[in-house]
Amino acid sequence: MSTRHILLGLLAGGPSHGYDLKRRHDERFPQARPLAYGQVYTTLQRLVRDGLAEVDGTDSAGGPERTRYRSTDEGARELAKWAGEITPPAPFVTNEIFAKVVCAILASTEPADYLRAQRAAHMERMRQLTAVKTATGTDLATVLSADYALSHLDADLRWMNTTAARLTTLTAEVDAA
Amino acid sequence: MSNEVPLLAARALTKAHGRTQALRGATVELRAGEILAVTGTSGSGKSTLLHCLAGIVRPDEGSVVYDGRRLDQLPEKQLSELRRTEFGVVFQFGQLIPELTAIDNVALPLMLAGVRRTEAHKRADEWLERFGVRGQEELRPGEMSGGQAQRVSMARALVTGPKVVFADEPTGALDSLASEQVMTALVHTVRETGTTVLLITHDHQVAAYADREARLLDGVVRQDSVDLEVAQ
Repeated sequence: MSTRHILLGLLAGGPSHGYDLKRRHDERFPQARPLAYGQVYTTLQRLVRDGLAEVDGTDSAGGPERTRYRSTDEGARELAKWAGEITPPAPFVTNEIFAKVVCAILASTEPADYLRAQRAAHMERMRQLTAVKTATGTDLATVLSADYALSHLDADLRWMNTTAARLTTLTAEVDAA
Repeated sequence: MSNEVPLLAARALTKAHGRTQALRGATVELRAGEILAVTGTSGSGKSTLLHCLAGIVRPDEGSVVYDGRRLDQLPEKQLSELRRTEFGVVFQFGQLIPELTAIDNVALPLMLAGVRRTEAHKRADEWLERFGVRGQEELRPGEMSGGQAQRVSMARALVTGPKVVFADEPTGALDSLASEQVMTALVHTVRETGTTVLLITHDHQVAAYADREARLLDGVVRQDSVDLEVAQ
């Protein structure tokens, strides 16, 4: 995830200071890991260094002085380029579940037991996310974030089901190698 | 597992359709007010299990106990009465009556139970509203989207105030957005009414609306699910 581009996106709406950017990020992407303040300030400094953002002024309304930043024209171009770029579909993702299944076969333990337990943990997480998204008054950003996670967990589960059904063949293949 | 007496319990069910053994000793329990998802691949015996639990077919062996009564031994007349008053059923393809409007479809179970037409329509209208399909009262099933028809089916299944609703792949014919709307409407409604639900599905995202999952593999229930009470 590109924090610099997301900050540029948030700055596209108008000048803002670090504290506000962090707050808006966490509101806008409710299921994402919250941004650390330190990360926001470091990223803003890099954006300025690279000419993608610049200091707009300072605010000190009743509190500590805060530097306001704004996007430059180059920042706007960079944001548009990034937002239109295709994210490479990852065909060979690192698959820890598969690695554990193969290692279980190599160690002559029972991969089916592991898969069942993993499956139950995935289903439990899906129930939690479904409860979050169906709660009364949930905003659409939260629903869509939960949907994204649910679709990925669902894909894992379907993969685990097919793998569980083919363990005998896989075991023979791993043992023969 | 809770020590609470289950509302509905099947023990060691076997059932064959001709030479196909659909259930091979399936055991499952439903607690009052919970939503239980029964999952499994095609041909794992899910629908047969639902039919046995809902008293639609009798198992070859094993017992089905509902609220202290042995459904598998109940005479047909009493069984049919119990199905009509205590159970509601939703199928994959709503099985609404094509000639009747949405409101008449929902009002029908009430009218069959002797409720007068005006009262039946009033109550049907309330249930259509609960499922977010008010405004479609006068449409016939052929004029509704799949999601609308399924919400009308659910209103019809719940209009008589059943204790248990059996839903057999209720979203099987729907796209993911319609499926989400139907499931959300069902879950919100049954949480309010305290209705117990047995939900048959092969879709994990639908199963995730339930409190628990029981997985059928070749006619046997696998109890490998994380129990919510344990997990919390």
